[in-house]
Amino acid sequence: MDQLKRAFGLLWMLLAFVALIAVILMAQAEIARKPTADVWIQWGVFVGITLPIAIGLFLFGLFALKGEYDRLPTRSSEL
Amino acid sequence: MARSTEKAPQGIRQVIWASSLGTLIEWYDFYIFGSLATVIATQFFPKTNPTAALLSVLATFAAGFIVRPFGALVFGRIGDLVGRKYTFLLTLVIMGGSTFCIGLVPSYERIGFAAPIIVLVLRLLQGLALGGEYGGAATYVAEHAPPGRRGFYTSWIQTTATLGLFVSLGVILITRHVLDSDEAKSIAKFNDWGWRIPFLLSIVLVGVSVYIRLKMNESPLFSKLKSEGRTSTNPVKESFAHKRNLKMVLLALFGATMGQGVVWYTGQFYAQSFLENTCKLDFDQSRTILIWAILFATPFFVVFGAWSDRVGRKWIMVAGMVLAVFTYRPLFQAMEHATDLPERWPMAGGSTSTEVLQALPNGDQIRKRTDAFDFANGLHVIGVSTDTMFQAQPDHRSRATQTITKQVPDSIYWKLVGIVFILILYVTMVYGPIAAFLVELFPTKIRYTSMSLPYHIGNGVFGGLTPFIATLLTTVYHTDALVGLWYPIAIAGVCLVIGTLYISNRIDTDITD
Repeated sequence: MDQLKRAFGLLWMLLAFVALIAVILMAQAEIARKPTADVWIQWGVFVGITLPIAIGLFLFGLFALKGEYDRLPTRSSEL
Repeated sequence: MARSTEKAPQGIRQVIWASSLGTLIEWYDFYIFGSLATVIATQFFPKTNPTAALLSVLATFAAGFIVRPFGALVFGRIGDLVGRKYTFLLTLVIMGGSTFCIGLVPSYERIGFAAPIIVLVLRLLQGLALGGEYGGAATYVAEHAPPGRRGFYTSWIQTTATLGLFVSLGVILITRHVLDSDEAKSIAKFNDWGWRIPFLLSIVLVGVSVYIRLKMNESPLFSKLKSEGRTSTNPVKESFAHKRNLKMVLLALFGATMGQGVVWYTGQFYAQSFLENTCKLDFDQSRTILIWAILFATPFFVVFGAWSDRVGRKWIMVAGMVLAVFTYRPLFQAMEHATDLPERWPMAGGSTSTEVLQALPNGDQIRKRTDAFDFANGLHVIGVSTDTMFQAQPDHRSRATQTITKQVPDSIYWKLVGIVFILILYVTMVYGPIAAFLVELFPTKIRYTSMSLPYHIGNGVFGGLTPFIATLLTTVYHTDALVGLWYPIAIAGVCLVIGTLYISNRIDTDITD
């Protein structure tokens, strides 16, 4: 099970990267298609919120890959 | 320990009542804006392009959700430094004040662009306040709850989001119908000024709730921590800069709240929007169907919350996500099929009426034509089109703008209630146990901050963007009416895998550390 958790860590890191690129490409395409202020704002917001979430997912994957989730803490003193 | 457990039931009821009422009102305040998006669009945004106006409101709606995580950080920090009680009292006042003020803002026609800007600012304040409310209420109740009953007691807080939606829909429907004895005139008055009433009403509800909350004591765990001088000095840093806690925050987000958020929004907001915009059900039916489904499903928040005290939180939440991922498309397809214009049904009757809306000086006329059809299965379809008939060229008319609304018979109506009930049942599975799950994941000194952020990113960002992204997908891929569902299915699917693999089913009996 621990091996599986670690292996999936790579997938989450890749997914974070793919999600961010996909949103940026979609934003570029939509803004190019209709370069108005409201489209800029909408897609700017999308990219803006995707960035920290993608970083978070990447970190989650990295932690998983390193085995940080093999055993979860059972007491607050372990946090 | 035994003595404190014996005393708990009397106190815990007051704690639940005070916390739940305030949280319910905050959700009510937040949802009336979303529920009245179309009416607000005509009041505060330029009417030249209705789609742009609606998108502007949806963007405002999303902005409300996007600031929620910031609210979670700001008020979570205050809650971990000063205390739970005063923090979620403050959020209640900010929310109530903002909602009341939205009801007072003059329209775009009267004050121009100042109107949408003021509304946007007030909406952002609403989002900020909501970001601080939930974590405080959940933490406050959990820190009063006896061990082994935490899932049950916090599940009352979990009912408030859905009940807030229920109350907002109810207040809107009632207000829409009581402003005049003539239904059409009542609706016209509601669209003109009556929509302000649900916003203004908020100040009374908040006043009552603030009064009740003022009489409550601080959380016993936080008071103990504070008296011992063991509170955190920098909860934000301890929550997110320390790897050991950060990894639990990320686990809570990607393994639980992200999926919970999209299931929550799909089962309630998207289902209602789908009935109204895709199935073309009329305003009242699309909302009363949701109201009935909420009424029948709400007790299950408590059922699943209590059950999670016995079997653990994880598998109930995971089961809700599995069901959502695999049955969303068939369930929404069944809703679409039930309200389809029935080629298979013979028409039982129909009528047409034409009304001249405006006679222009040059002799041209703007006309409204209403076609009503009754089908053998009881479906009633009303088509309204508006066009211009030119005096000089009687055979040539401007292109008509047409709207279609349907009213379904009882048999189909209750079938739709049943389907939406199932969708909300999934919501109760993922949402009922989640407060207890989040509370048990983090230590008392940074609990408010640590649990608020993943909750509001999951629920607010991933969930709150569901209607927006679903609408966007439908605009791009016209042919598939169910294409909008791929977003919640994908998010819930990823969350399901992460939750299954990484989350522990262990119930933490001791949250005093």
